[in-house]
Amino acid sequence: MAEVFEIAVVGSGPAGLSAAARAAEAGVSHVLLETELHLSNTIYRYQKGKHVMAEPDILPLRSPLDFVAGPREAVLGAWDKGIAHHKTNVYHQNEVIAIEKQSDQFKLTVKGGGEIHAKSVVLSIGLQGNFRKLGTPGEDLPFVQYTLDDPDEYADETIMVIGAGDAAIENAVSLAKQNRVIIVNRRDEFARAKDANEAAILKAIEDGKVEVFYNTTIERVDAVEGAEKPGKIVLNTPDGQAEVELDRIIARLGAIPPRRFVESCGIVFPNDDPASVPEITPKYESNVEGLYIIGALAGYPLIKQAMNQGYEVVEFIKGNDVEPADEPLLRSKFQEMPGFTTVHDALVKVQNNVRLLAPITELQLREFMLDSDVRTPVPGEKIFSINDYTNTFFSIVEGQVNIVVDEETGRTISLGAGEFFGEMSLISGRRRSATAIAGQGAVLIETPRRTMNKLINSVDAVKRVIDEAFIMRVIQSRFAPDTPANKLQDIVAAATIQNYRAGDVLFEEGESGDCIHLVRVGSLTISRTIGGREVVLSYVPAGNYVGEMALLGDNTRSATAKAAIATETIQLDGEAFKQLLLREPELRLRLQAEYRQRAAANLSMEAQPEGGDVISFLVAQGVGEATDILLIDEALCVRCDNCEKACAETHNGTSRLNREAGPTYATVHVPTSCRHCEHPHCMKDCPPDAIHRAPNGEVFIADNCIGCGNCQRNCPYGVIHMSAQMPKKPGILQWLMFGRGPGPGQDPAGKKKAKGEKKAVKCDMCKGIKGGPACVRSCPTGAAIRISPEELSSYAQSLS
Amino acid sequence: MHDSFLTFRGFRYLSFAGLLMLGSVVAYFWHSPVTAPNGGTWLGYTLGTIGAVLIIWLTLFGYRKRTYNNRVGTLRGWLSAHVYLGGSLIIIATLHTGFQFGMNIHTVAYVLMMIVVLSGFFGVYAYLRYPTLMTRNRASTSRESMLEEIAELDEECIKVADRIDSKVHQMVLRSIERTRLGGGVFSQLFAHDGAKDAVEKTKEMLDKVKETNERPQTAEMPTMFAMVDFLSGAGGQESEKLRQLLDLLSRKKSLASKVAKDVQQQAMMDIWLYFHVPITFALLGALTAHIVSVFFYW
Repeated sequence: MAEVFEIAVVGSGPAGLSAAARAAEAGVSHVLLETELHLSNTIYRYQKGKHVMAEPDILPLRSPLDFVAGPREAVLGAWDKGIAHHKTNVYHQNEVIAIEKQSDQFKLTVKGGGEIHAKSVVLSIGLQGNFRKLGTPGEDLPFVQYTLDDPDEYADETIMVIGAGDAAIENAVSLAKQNRVIIVNRRDEFARAKDANEAAILKAIEDGKVEVFYNTTIERVDAVEGAEKPGKIVLNTPDGQAEVELDRIIARLGAIPPRRFVESCGIVFPNDDPASVPEITPKYESNVEGLYIIGALAGYPLIKQAMNQGYEVVEFIKGNDVEPADEPLLRSKFQEMPGFTTVHDALVKVQNNVRLLAPITELQLREFMLDSDVRTPVPGEKIFSINDYTNTFFSIVEGQVNIVVDEETGRTISLGAGEFFGEMSLISGRRRSATAIAGQGAVLIETPRRTMNKLINSVDAVKRVIDEAFIMRVIQSRFAPDTPANKLQDIVAAATIQNYRAGDVLFEEGESGDCIHLVRVGSLTISRTIGGREVVLSYVPAGNYVGEMALLGDNTRSATAKAAIATETIQLDGEAFKQLLLREPELRLRLQAEYRQRAAANLSMEAQPEGGDVISFLVAQGVGEATDILLIDEALCVRCDNCEKACAETHNGTSRLNREAGPTYATVHVPTSCRHCEHPHCMKDCPPDAIHRAPNGEVFIADNCIGCGNCQRNCPYGVIHMSAQMPKKPGILQWLMFGRGPGPGQDPAGKKKAKGEKKAVKCDMCKGIKGGPACVRSCPTGAAIRISPEELSSYAQSLS
Repeated sequence: MHDSFLTFRGFRYLSFAGLLMLGSVVAYFWHSPVTAPNGGTWLGYTLGTIGAVLIIWLTLFGYRKRTYNNRVGTLRGWLSAHVYLGGSLIIIATLHTGFQFGMNIHTVAYVLMMIVVLSGFFGVYAYLRYPTLMTRNRASTSRESMLEEIAELDEECIKVADRIDSKVHQMVLRSIERTRLGGGVFSQLFAHDGAKDAVEKTKEMLDKVKETNERPQTAEMPTMFAMVDFLSGAGGQESEKLRQLLDLLSRKKSLASKVAKDVQQQAMMDIWLYFHVPITFALLGALTAHIVSVFFYW
């Protein structure tokens, strides 16, 4: 029988490398199995010279391998050295295709037929790097590649791009600038791609910039010795076989989700969400005993975390109960908590007291706590004020918190241990709807939005509890402040959460209907058809309601309500609401008064349909999800670009706005500049969590940006770009008197290209600079202003 | 919501400048010096000092504009004050002269100042007039995308011309070479683009051919006639291609003149600054000489 290793590590990413090196260091028999000829394929595939960051800074590194932030080459070099130094046992070109548990050991089957036996298996295959290959002979020839880092690297080559998805199209179009490009599509159209990409590739084909083979599959790829071109591809086209000589093949066929493989090892995923990761114990063990999961596959995408886990998992397998690397951090967080003994006890207490956090695992809770803060405010301290733009979430571990529900009367409701607050801003992305004041002995956990959203999305039970509380509280605060919660049970039970895509109609003018919609995420436009033409009358941001008229007597809808962006509403059932109206006669009066105001405003808009056109135009530009947007009146704009210059001068030499780009309606111009969305798309997928919202609403990128470019790709408005630090400029007097350039407003880099690591930059609304945004402040003619969507209607009226 | 620099804070600086001018005029007529009114009386010195301080302060606008972190007022407020107080200089400085002009450094300073102020007035006019015209001319596209489309049309034209005849190909090529947008100051200001003649003349010729069936004989436009020749004699398919080419050429022409107009309007908003600013520096020199010489010969 072959050797049985103590530990087999599958995958040599940061986690796997660290685990194998630790095993080698500790003298445990081990093997590290890697598919490629090199280590750490994902990072190996990074663009040359790419700066690798070492986030999070506060977490100490615990690994036999070195890791500091630096260029890709230095990081990989340090790992190679460390692996050699510890005499780590690495089997390259060993792609594991099956892991099978056989009584007390595992059998790992390697592609090509080999078998490896180990007592424990550490699965650290990550999520990336499994590119789908051609699946034909020659798929691994040196000129066949599955990624493309920098299209400008190639010139005057014949390149065949294989695939019909977005990546393939983007590569083909960008390569076509300086190469002969042929794209191979298995089908007869590019319908799978995004609309813009489909249009781009069809145009490139039409213009003759890209050649195309439709309905074509690949027979094989051959290397050609001594010829001008290194390779040859044989294609099966509808007209028979074709041969093309080429320099390079770039196949963009997507990645194979590792899920199938992971499940084949017997590991269970908690749900069907493609983003979900397997559940593991605090010791990283999966539901299969002896099979451990670390790194990105376990939900830890950062390099340092993964390396620490590599170290820890080996210790756990050896039977050493090491303190996790985050233990000291958590200890210092919990230190403030009255009666603190150990981190474990504190965590148990949190879970016992806060029912919202009861369903999550201890490991999830640790990570949750690592991102969160424990706060012990003195009684009377303001936790947040109404209209703050903060969006953290608070859970009450102990004590009391008073929420001021009515600013005028100062009426408060108090929340006790186990309850939570702050969910309104978390969900709607808007300002705080009430002020929260600490009561006696309050111990709170303050959790950032991203961490909370991650939890809501991964644990269904948490989402359900928060949604129910949200509906109850929103009904209480909007309609029935004096009614105790138990009397609202019927209306809460009948309420449903409705989702709409941008442009979806909630209800149509003339329809009969009897439900109210409370906008909880997104926004609506209200319009009427006048003279066969749709006239927008108003704009309804999150936190407001529509459709109440139907319940006050007249049950035909007087206008059409449409979602301006992806919108979620709470739909309140008509019957239940009517019951509420009967119980609360004051509510009826209030609704009627609000309705009269609304009707008057609508009438004045009807008289000025141009105003409505401006609203429709702005809503079409995504103003519906903005909180603050830069608008330029082109009748005043003298195109001096002083706004851009001021932006660059106050922000390290890079302007975060492009005045000229962007659409114009009449004289209203929407330049390419950040709108500080309610739910910023850029925040969605930021590995170091560097994008935050400041208390005044500014969405900004902190210094711990790692330059991955995710936010740039996620922003639908194209307002984020990657930029290196610009050199410092001489002062204005030096420029004026001695001609030392570049002068104010001129490109700081001059003719030289800016060097250094690139980070994401975007508008931060000049937070930290007194006097407001530099773009508006430096506009000499008054053309540039910033407005928030609440001001949309009055803005539209001011123009007409 | 958008508040122009002219209406800034309910015409705050217009009122201020108006009061300043009114005060100067009243003082001028109220004051009856022993000699004829001149810069040497107490009022003359006062007006001169106000004028000199104003000139220096007005020059500082250029500094304020370039110090982007500066929080002394808004740039819009500064421009509003710059325009109105700069305009008031006409009254203040003229009264300061006591209408005594001559061939001397003092009058040079005065003339330079007037040029600066008047060029500034042209600037205000340009700032009021051209932004709206520019937006209307561009019609929701950008200059860059228009230029891109022109390049595409050029390519298309060549392709179509290629399929017709080498002579037509030559002619299109020459037309593309002749299309120059932007360029020197004058071609910018007079919205010159080399693309327009070709199509217009081709059209004219076409009409003529249709009307008279006669071959026009003009030496300057041989390529055009070659084309018309061809058209009159060509069979259905060729003439179809030619018409297609003419369509492309006209589309390109209208785009090219749009771009030229855009460049022109931008140039009109920029050109005055090339007088306003350098002459300001000349003015500062002349003003210094004026003040020094006055005190030197006192």
